Amino acid sequence: MSERGGETHHPSFYELAKHCLEDLDKTFVSRVKPGDIIVADENFGCGSSREHAPVAIKAAGVSCVIAKSFARIFYRNSINMGLPILECPEAADAISDGDVVSVDADTGTITDETTGAVFHAQPFPPFIQEIINEGGLVARTKRVLAEKRGE
Amino acid sequence: MARPMTMAEKILAAHAGLDEVVPGQLIECDLDLVLANDITAPIAIKTVREIGAGVFDREKICLVPDHYSPNKDIKSAEQTKVTRDFAHEMGITHYFEQGCMGIEHALLPERGIVGPGDLVIGADSHTCTYGGIGAFSTGVGSTDAGVGMATGRAWFKVPETIRFEIEGELPAGASAKDIILYVIGKIGVDGALYCAMEFAGSTIRDLSVEGRLTIANMAIEAGGKAGLFEVDDTARAWLAGRTERPYTEYHPDPDATYKQVIKIDAADIVPQVSWPHLPSNTHPVAESRDITIDQVVIGSCTNGRIEDMRAAAEVLRGRTVNPNVRCIVIPATQGVWLQCVHEGLMDVFIDAHCVVSTPTCGPCLGGYMGILAAGERCVSSTNRNFVGRMGDPTSEVYLASPAVCAASAVAGHIALPSDL
Repeated sequence: MSERGGETHHPSFYELAKHCLEDLDKTFVSRVKPGDIIVADENFGCGSSREHAPVAIKAAGVSCVIAKSFARIFYRNSINMGLPILECPEAADAISDGDVVSVDADTGTITDETTGAVFHAQPFPPFIQEIINEGGLVARTKRVLAEKRGE
Repeated sequence: MARPMTMAEKILAAHAGLDEVVPGQLIECDLDLVLANDITAPIAIKTVREIGAGVFDREKICLVPDHYSPNKDIKSAEQTKVTRDFAHEMGITHYFEQGCMGIEHALLPERGIVGPGDLVIGADSHTCTYGGIGAFSTGVGSTDAGVGMATGRAWFKVPETIRFEIEGELPAGASAKDIILYVIGKIGVDGALYCAMEFAGSTIRDLSVEGRLTIANMAIEAGGKAGLFEVDDTARAWLAGRTERPYTEYHPDPDATYKQVIKIDAADIVPQVSWPHLPSNTHPVAESRDITIDQVVIGSCTNGRIEDMRAAAEVLRGRTVNPNVRCIVIPATQGVWLQCVHEGLMDVFIDAHCVVSTPTCGPCLGGYMGILAAGERCVSSTNRNFVGRMGDPTSEVYLASPAVCAASAVAGHIALPSDL
């Protein structure tokens, strides 16, 4: 699992991971492996206005979420917390549980290595990619402000 | 030439340094103001401290202790202290101490701290209020607010716009509050989810700025990201003397693309009440008269401005509150309070046996200053009637205009002023 950003040092980060998606699937936490990708249907993340939701998913080791669509606040919080997400209805329909999937977030290319199918999500503009790649909005802000100060 | 754009698109494009934007586009914008209150500021301040670079501009941050202030208890005293200490440390210009403060969304337009064309984020869901004077303002979480305070920047997904064209004269007794309750009743609490709501038409042009602020305030109750009104002569006259800095008016292009255009005949908007437990559960007052009540609240960021106080006082003048009802009146700012004194409205309220409180959000969110017991019913000029919003989970909140609230306080049940 990636250890970007300061929040990984917070004990509650791991505590949250233990409860990731438990209402939906009690076995999820025991089955999920670092680097796994969640593929979901519509309005993923609905009902959670808190930043804890994407933090829990990230802490459980999930490297990316692909969905037909995302709930608005979850979408914002995922980017701000540095959880890569991609909106791609075609991929969400075609990918089956257990398929090996690779994602190039910079280009929005999703490849189902099991079936060979390739999908294209709208890639994020560079500043959003920076936020995700650098571990979240706060981490990216620190870097940008430090550069401004000439550090 | 740029593509035709809505008000929201124009304001966002200008603040992103772009000629044009399209709905769905992700952009990074410069902010004119970042706002937080005593509940949300402490968390945002933590983010500012984590970033460790201070604030981007001490004159473009506004901190208002209004939710639990004057301090309700030790916890809220600590919260306001964190906010106060940070404001003093950073030299924040627009920090409003108790005694100078008001409910944030009434205070900022009144003091000219927000102006037309501004892009504002606030760590409070009713930040959308400033659309009433032509600003794009929206509520965000505390992390976004904290980063905004540190950098003066925020990212946005450009929303689609729904345009509401409301034409004609309102029926007797109907007000701006009835317009927005009617709209939410029509489209639902998610009817404008993630969209900007643009209000236009002759009914809107005839509204006071106070009325426009009331409507914009409740855009979020339809899921809206912002509620926007064009600046016209009414707005310009209201702004004169409040804000001295130059501002930019953004008007929508006639051929702009809307997700939907909803036309409403003002004649259909009779006085409304939102029954529990959603703002969209609207009914005409005329069908709500059987509902007896225990409490009335007249105030809040939705309806605590001077026009609202006048509307309530007009009904209460020479009358007294029903002995089975507590009526709590809260002028939204020190300025509104003083104006009430000058106009003799305080005499009216006190003669009518109302409680009159210093400015606070208190009862609206079930904070303090008017909590409901089990099974009690309240008619309120506030903005949310969710389960347990103002107290016990079995209590009920009915949303209405200040005039209907005042009439209900006198009648002891939901009523129109004309029923008295």
